[in-house]
This record gives sequence, C-alpha cells and structure tokens, in this order.
Amino acid sequence: MYRYDQYDPAMVDTRVEEFRDQARRRIEGKLTDDQFKPLRLKNGLYLQLHAYMLRVAIPYGTLDSRQTRKLADIARKYDRGYGHFTTRQNIQYNWIKLEEAADLLGELATVEMHAIQTSGESIRNVSADQYAGAAADEIMDARPWAEMLRQMTNFIPEFSYLPRKFKIAVISSDTDRAALRWHDGAVKIVRNDTGEIGFEVYAGGGMGRTPFISFRIREFLPTGQIFSYLQAILRVWNRHARRDNIHKQRMKILVHELGEEEFRRQVEEEFQHFLTLGHDFPQEEYDRIAAYFAPPPFETGLAEDIDRSDPAFALWFDRQTAAHKAPGYAIVNISLKPIGEIPGDISAEQMDLVADLAERYSFDDLRATHAQNLVLPHVRKADLYAVWKALDDAGLAAANLDLITDIIACPGLDYCSLANARSIPVAQKISERFAGREAEIGELKLKISGCINACGHHHAGNIGILGVDKKGTENYQLLLGGSGAEDASQAKITGPGFDEDGIVNAVEKATEVYLARRQDGERFLDTYRRIGMEPFKEALYA
Amino acid sequence: MLDVLRLRDDEPTDEPAVSMEAFLDQSNASSVRIEAGDDVRQLLPALERVRLVEIDFPKLRDGRGFSSARILREAGYKGEIKATGDVLVDLIFFMQRCGFDSFAPDKPFDPEDANNALTRWPHVYQHAADDRVPIWKLRHGDKG
Repeated sequence: MYRYDQYDPAMVDTRVEEFRDQARRRIEGKLTDDQFKPLRLKNGLYLQLHAYMLRVAIPYGTLDSRQTRKLADIARKYDRGYGHFTTRQNIQYNWIKLEEAADLLGELATVEMHAIQTSGESIRNVSADQYAGAAADEIMDARPWAEMLRQMTNFIPEFSYLPRKFKIAVISSDTDRAALRWHDGAVKIVRNDTGEIGFEVYAGGGMGRTPFISFRIREFLPTGQIFSYLQAILRVWNRHARRDNIHKQRMKILVHELGEEEFRRQVEEEFQHFLTLGHDFPQEEYDRIAAYFAPPPFETGLAEDIDRSDPAFALWFDRQTAAHKAPGYAIVNISLKPIGEIPGDISAEQMDLVADLAERYSFDDLRATHAQNLVLPHVRKADLYAVWKALDDAGLAAANLDLITDIIACPGLDYCSLANARSIPVAQKISERFAGREAEIGELKLKISGCINACGHHHAGNIGILGVDKKGTENYQLLLGGSGAEDASQAKITGPGFDEDGIVNAVEKATEVYLARRQDGERFLDTYRRIGMEPFKEALYA
Repeated sequence: MLDVLRLRDDEPTDEPAVSMEAFLDQSNASSVRIEAGDDVRQLLPALERVRLVEIDFPKLRDGRGFSSARILREAGYKGEIKATGDVLVDLIFFMQRCGFDSFAPDKPFDPEDANNALTRWPHVYQHAADDRVPIWKLRHGDKG
C-alpha cells in the first residue's frame, strides 16, 4: 500500500497544527462559531446531538494492521470503545471532545492517516472498489489512481470552498462495488480498442433530497489528462452553481439545469484551456505511486480445494468470499452486520482482531466497503477455515453479504442533528425479523436513511427506507427498486409511510410478494423490474 | 490589526474601483470590482488597462472568487488582485495561491495570524496561479 515519503507527513502535520491553532482561536473567542464551522468541517469534525463526531479518512478504503490498531486505540482513548464505518469507506467516532480533537488528529498522523476533507463543501476522501488489486474481474488496481486523485484534491486552492461537497469514486471492473453512479464525479478505468488504458468519466450523480444518477460525460480520457479534466468540471460548477440555496448547489443540480450536452460543452472548453497550462501530473509520478501497490508475493502451486465438512463454515464460505485473481487465494468479506447489531459498528477489540488477521493472513491489507463491511483481500484458501474460526469467535462471522440483513443505515436520530427519525432501531428490528431467512430470500440490498439527506443510501436500496417526521412522530416511507451497482436505478416510494413496527411488517410483505412471484434465478430487484410496483402496493395497502 | 494586507511592492492605485459593467463602458478606468456572480472572462479583452481588480467575497462559504482570480492570472494579468468582503485569515493562503496579492477584509486580520497563514505550509500538492513547485515535481528532482 501507499507509504508517505518526506512530503506527505509534512502536509499532514501542518494540517494538524493549523487545526490546533484554529481550535485554540475558537476556544479563545477569536473565531465565531459560524467562522469555525467550515474550518472544522474540513477536518471532519461535526457537531452532533450529544457530542462532536470526527470522521477519519480511509483513502480508497485501504488500511494496514498498524493503522487499524491505532483506530482501535483511538476508539478506547477518545470514544467509548467503538468506531463506526460509514457509507464512504471512512470511520467515524461519535463521542469526541473539541479540546481533544487536535490530539486525535496528531495520533492519526503518526500512522499516515488524517481527517482532511472528510466533510464540508470540499472534495471528499476518494473512494474505490474494495476489491482493488485482488478482484478477478478488474482491468488493473484502481488504487494508484485513487491515491493520485487524493494528492490532486487535498488542499486544492481553487476548489476548497465549493458550492457543496464533491465525492469521487474510482473502479476498474464492469461490476460496480463502489456505487460509482451515485457520486458527483467518478472514473471507471477502461481499455480502448487499441489497448490503451484510460478513464470513462461520469459527472453529476448524488443522493440527498434531489437524487440523480450520474451521466457519462467522457467516453475515453487519456489518464495523463485527468487533473485538467477534473479541474475543468470543478471550475464550471464552482463558477455557475447557484449559491442562494444550499440544497440546490450540488453539481447534479447544475447538470440538470444546464442539460448534459451544455454542461459537457462547457467542461470540454474549460478542459482545452487547462491542458495549455501544463499542470497535469506526469506518468513518472503515477509510476512512483503504482510501485507501492505492486501485487504482494502471492505463492504459487496452492491448493484450490475447500474442506466443506463443517456446514457453518461452508455456508460462510459460499456467502462471504469472492473470486481472487491469484490461484489459491480468495477475497474474504467480514460482515459488520451481525443479527440485531448496529450496522457498521465495530468494537476496539474487534478492530484489534481484524488487524491481527490482516497481518497474518492477508499481506497486512484490510479494506473498508461502502456497504459498511470490511474485506481481507488476499487470503490463501488453505487459511480460510482458520480465518473463519477467528472471526466467529469475535462475533464477526455473519454470512449475509448482500442479503436482507446486510443493511446500510445512517446513524439517524440516535446521533445526528439533521435526522428526523431513528435508523438504527429499525435496522435492528428488520435484522431480527429476517434472521435465518436471508439465504432463502437471496440478494436484497436494504438501505435506511433517517432523513432526506440520504446518508443511508435509501435511493439506491432494492428496498429503501426513509425516516421522516410526521407531526412530531417518526414515520417511515418505503421505497422499492433502487440499485447502487452497475445497473444503477433510483428507488420509488410505494405510498403512505408506516410507524416503526409497521415498516418492519411492510418490508416483510414486500419480500412475500417477491417470493410468490419470483421466477428462476431472479433477485428481488429483477422481479420488481419485471412486475413493477403495483403488486407490491396491493399487498402493502390492501 | 491589519485593515489591508498587501503583498506587492509597487505603489497602490488610489482610483476607486467601478463595477465591471461600468468599467467596460468607460475607457479611462483602471480599477474594477468583480462581484461573486460576475463572469470575469468578460474583462479579458480590456486587461491591458487594468491596474487593480477587487474580487468580492460576500460570505465565507462563497468560493467563486477563487476561480475569478485564477482566470485573470491564467490570462496573463500581472496587476493587483485584492480580496474584499468576508475574507477570513484562514483562507488567504489558498487565495494567494489563486493569484490574490492584497486583502481588504471586512474584519481586520491579526498580523500574527496572517503571517502564520501565509508561511505555515512547507509544500503544495498542485500547481496553481503562484510559482510554488508542487510536491510531484520535487519528488522527481525538478526544483522549479
């Protein structure tokens, strides 16, 4: 994985000192709360309902054991012994004191981590396919480009006070495991007819209260021009976005208002201008970064056989592992969705255990996923049983990847000052209701947001749940048919909402319609797309 | 406290800045004021007679002025670019990198805070409108 040289730590350390100075000026009253807010947000520090929350960047979701153990230490020292993985491969801590935030950032810096631009109206931490470097179906490892994008976008002077946030994702497979089309800007690494590597570029996606799936703005961009192209997109948006209504300032709104063709025309014009400046990062810098992501020394001649004699292990193996590019290896998904628990939460002790497993069995490589799970990307098949045993002992061996209990949920009204309704108890009740029946139902991605800001990705849920406030009580709307994958689609609301128990029943009714109507091999989403909303509405509102 | 922070050696002009519309209409003006919503590219044909461009920041979170300054520098403008309005000292390093070389904030700067802001960063990751050499160039032996 990437290692800092003498330059990166100087930048991160300076950021810590800058923030320490800003926090001091706030505490001394030299900065007003309004002035301090955008400054702290650029360092990932939110003010929540009960305390500050600090969101730590995990660039492209990649961690090593040293970093993971530091995250565990931070959970013990500055939080209440837990961390919470987010829907953008980051981790957040919910019980932070303002006076301690700079010290926490200082500790992160000792393991080459930071919270730069994890919040606020800036270019956020770059996310990527969690299987990068391991997936059997990838063109190449997406992470060197993601790291290059990190360096292009951290502390970028022209684009640090943008109209709104700007989220970037990078993938390198036809299978989209990173919710690419729901990002403001995204690149898919592709190979053209002549075998040249380049980027398919997408722009204008996003969730929130006005969801849009991005459009393909460029079919093929030479890799060496990505900084110019990115700046062109950002400049068109920065100059022309509305500034009068924070809810209408994301790039997706400008794309919608200008139209895709006109937006593309303006970007191409600005792009031609940027190319003349000679500011693009050169191939030699890509090569330098890519060397850090050289494949680990995979052993050859390894056995492919799996001993399936333990049925619980066999079940877990079938659900939680994915095809690896190297023979004899597998990708292991670690579920952070045990039945009845908080999606994405992990204790300090579990973090230590996962760090040990990464170090011992996965070339010291651990990944976070946008679905709030973890991945050991490179495990020998011969070691899978031992890994499963260790995970099982730690309560981390749930076999529910992409099933109905593998729920994405935002922190909701239990923590978040923006929320209208709680998400966590609804996730827990659904998890308990469907425990043991997940495999029978099959792939079903369920996503819960506690308000219209959609941090729980309800627009992209096969089943989505949106918590709203209805005359002072929590109410939940049901949505169907969304997808965050390569077949991206936006979920639609079924009709009137439900109370907390009612929404759990409604989800069950929707699954019953599916089970009654599904044809061979159909996922929930396939059946919904074939039969439409009506049969579900009939069952829900009869 | 600093009401104005100026990073240029030449004599400041005392000509009051006029709106871009007025500037383009009157051929003898040399100071112009750009509002956040103005298209600064309209000024480019008349750049030769500009000595001072004031770019206004109506509120802390409105970053349009960063792009306006860079566009002027990219077009070869060498005169003064002054940031006015809700300019917080924490933003002036990025502003300087985008081409601003003077600041007239609504609320005066603490001189020590301003000095810290401008001298704090040992390196930069990207090219901008200033002459700082990005880290990727330093890494590959080019000191600019």
